[in-house]
Amino acid sequence: MDQESAAASGGSLISLTDHEQRFYSGLHALCQADAPGKLSSGKVAELFKASQLPPEALHKVTEVCGAKHLGYFGTAQFYIALKLLAAAQSGLPIRLESVSGNLPLPRFAGLKNEPESRHAAAPPGADPQGSAPGSVARNPADRSTFRHLEASAEKKEPWSPPRSPCSSPPRSPLAYRGYPYSKQRNGVDAQIPYDNKPSSRPGAQLEQHSSPSRYVSKPAVEHPAMARASSTERLNQQATMNYSDDDPWRMTAEQLEYYTNQFKSLQPDLGALILGAVAKNFFTKSKLPIPELSHIWELSDVDRDGALTFTEFCIAFHLIVARKNGYPLPESLPPTLQPGFSQREEEQIPDTPESLEPLIVFEDAEPRSCQVDPSGIGRLEPSVATRKQDLQGESLKQDTSVKRLASSREKSTLQLGAFPERPEPHLELDPQMRTKTRQRSYSSTSIEDAIKKAEEPPTPPPRPQKTHSRASSLDLNKLFQQGAPGVKSGWLLPPALPPRPPTSQVPHFLNVSEQASQAKVQQPNFADFSHFREEEESSVKLEEQGPSSRFGLSSEDLTSASKQDVSGTPHSQAPQKPIRRKYHPESQNLETGPPPPPPPAMPFPPPAKPSQKLLSRQKREIQMAIRKNRETNAVLRRLNSELQQQLKVVHKERVTLESQLELLRPLAST
Amino acid sequence: MAVCIAVIAKENYPLYIRSVPSQNELKFHYTVHTSLDVVEEKVSAVGKSLADQRELYLGLLYPTEDYKVYGYVTNSKVKFVIVVDSSNTSLRDNEIRSMFRKLHNSFTDVMCNPFYNPGDPILSKAFNGIVSGMMVQTS
Repeated sequence: MDQESAAASGGSLISLTDHEQRFYSGLHALCQADAPGKLSSGKVAELFKASQLPPEALHKVTEVCGAKHLGYFGTAQFYIALKLLAAAQSGLPIRLESVSGNLPLPRFAGLKNEPESRHAAAPPGADPQGSAPGSVARNPADRSTFRHLEASAEKKEPWSPPRSPCSSPPRSPLAYRGYPYSKQRNGVDAQIPYDNKPSSRPGAQLEQHSSPSRYVSKPAVEHPAMARASSTERLNQQATMNYSDDDPWRMTAEQLEYYTNQFKSLQPDLGALILGAVAKNFFTKSKLPIPELSHIWELSDVDRDGALTFTEFCIAFHLIVARKNGYPLPESLPPTLQPGFSQREEEQIPDTPESLEPLIVFEDAEPRSCQVDPSGIGRLEPSVATRKQDLQGESLKQDTSVKRLASSREKSTLQLGAFPERPEPHLELDPQMRTKTRQRSYSSTSIEDAIKKAEEPPTPPPRPQKTHSRASSLDLNKLFQQGAPGVKSGWLLPPALPPRPPTSQVPHFLNVSEQASQAKVQQPNFADFSHFREEEESSVKLEEQGPSSRFGLSSEDLTSASKQDVSGTPHSQAPQKPIRRKYHPESQNLETGPPPPPPPAMPFPPPAKPSQKLLSRQKREIQMAIRKNRETNAVLRRLNSELQQQLKVVHKERVTLESQLELLRPLAST
Repeated sequence: MAVCIAVIAKENYPLYIRSVPSQNELKFHYTVHTSLDVVEEKVSAVGKSLADQRELYLGLLYPTEDYKVYGYVTNSKVKFVIVVDSSNTSLRDNEIRSMFRKLHNSFTDVMCNPFYNPGDPILSKAFNGIVSGMMVQTS
């Protein structure tokens, strides 16, 4: 009788849903039997144990399903038993009547459930009835909780993959829902979305068993099913640990969308920057402690400009969300979060299939997960697949994985693809700018270094502007007055010029021209061409000692010139001829009629005196000198015009100051 | 390869000070404190000339028989002090300068962080990392 009833019940009661059917048949296959129709009791016992129900319950199940009577588990009995197990796990009494309800799939810890995973894939989708209302109810709850944590609207799902088949969604909805909320740890909210997903059930189970500190425990449950025999907790933690670098740090499309909206609320233009203060206020609302926010800022402000571009903002937001969900902050940006992540994503896909779990979705995107294609599952590791199904909440994450699977998440792909590109130019620009500004800040030190330590080769100037300022030219004047060694002037002046091969004469030209520009202020300097002459020779000597390559050519020239100087004065004068000639136009420009430098006054010893050899050499050298001088001439003309302008400006200022002084004087006197 | 690195605020209180743990840290604190006088003296001397000429790197502040103290001051009067072991003769001036430059860079990064209030002790991990890189490896 009982058997019959059992059989009958088996027949009638077994109105398995599709995925249940598959699940059960998978299990059935697992426990495959000695004899056809009879399941191996050992395997069945194992299965029952894996369901983690107390032994009395198991006994009851066996009894109720009729196997006891039969002495073995037939298919029908097995199915009934499974249903009863599910009921028991959901907290319903173990009776035949309970079998008729819609139950979640029974969960079995520690079983290698490939078939289950496959089924799990299906079930989540198929498991609508129980879960649908639950999930619907949940969604609003989730949403509200989400709203709570503004920033943490997205939570990432830490776990990764492991999914166990248990996936079957169903759960005692109430128990489930209650559980995550009560478990609120670091934003269990994140779990809420998960709750919607089938996995919730296993999660509930697991949580009951262990004290999973993380909401991740849910996935953990699945892990065991995946053949991890360890406790859920352990699994959970392992899972989270392993994947914490990948999964939580990967942004899903929905998250990106959310971030975009938030960004727009702060700064309508997506290409612009959010200022530091604005971002600070916004992130402070997330109620994370300030040192952590500070650390997050350090991680996310990649270009170090004190403001956030869109990408940086997303990174920061993402980190905040992760932190709120309990992830420890990384010491450095995880690769998936770095600004170029979208490109890397493709590469990483094969590497970390499990990292499909990205994140917390902040909405329940059930429908998507439901569709996790079985095909996809086949491609991915089963864990991933099951995960996907289990965690429909993670559909977002799964999106990324699905993307990889080439399932239809084009939109997410597009979204993800679109975003990184834009901010990247910002990033590229900013670091450059940053480094430039950085360099500038140290320029003054190097200038001083050059002055003070002659032995150090002058650092090539990124500071040409600075040296052009009046202050620097005043300095130069001071140096000249002090009779500073020509090297200093030589060293300093080239920075002022574009570093073309300045002959030693160039500094002199510069000196003179700058002096000339100061002519109004310091007339004597300008007229001091003898000074100039000394400079030249001293610089020549110094250049003979050697260093700068810039002076290489000119030094050669000058050294030869100086040698010849020694040999015969005419030679040294020859190079001076061009100088002198150049001086004239410049001096005219400067409206000072500098007396022709002494050299011109010097007698012009006829070149005829030296021998023919000397003559030709001189000619060659003269020609070279002429060429160089022409170049320097052009440079100096430019410099001259600039200095002229500066002079005008200064002059105007002086005039205004004088007029002010005049105005004040009568007041002072009275 | 510093033995001690300190960042002192404009008002002469330390924002960050870290020494190689093996030695008596108090001694270093004291050294840094006394070096502030030397820094002030140098800064006031240089300050007579134009600001843009002022040297940020102050050089060797004073040597003792055990160690040497180098100083660096920023435009906002924040001072960096590095104490190095005298036995470490291979340290050239350029290296000290580059250490200061790195310190300055990471200090500006800390400043740029909107969550950092100027005047707070520096708790940034990145800054810590840079400093650790500069400290003597063997303690």
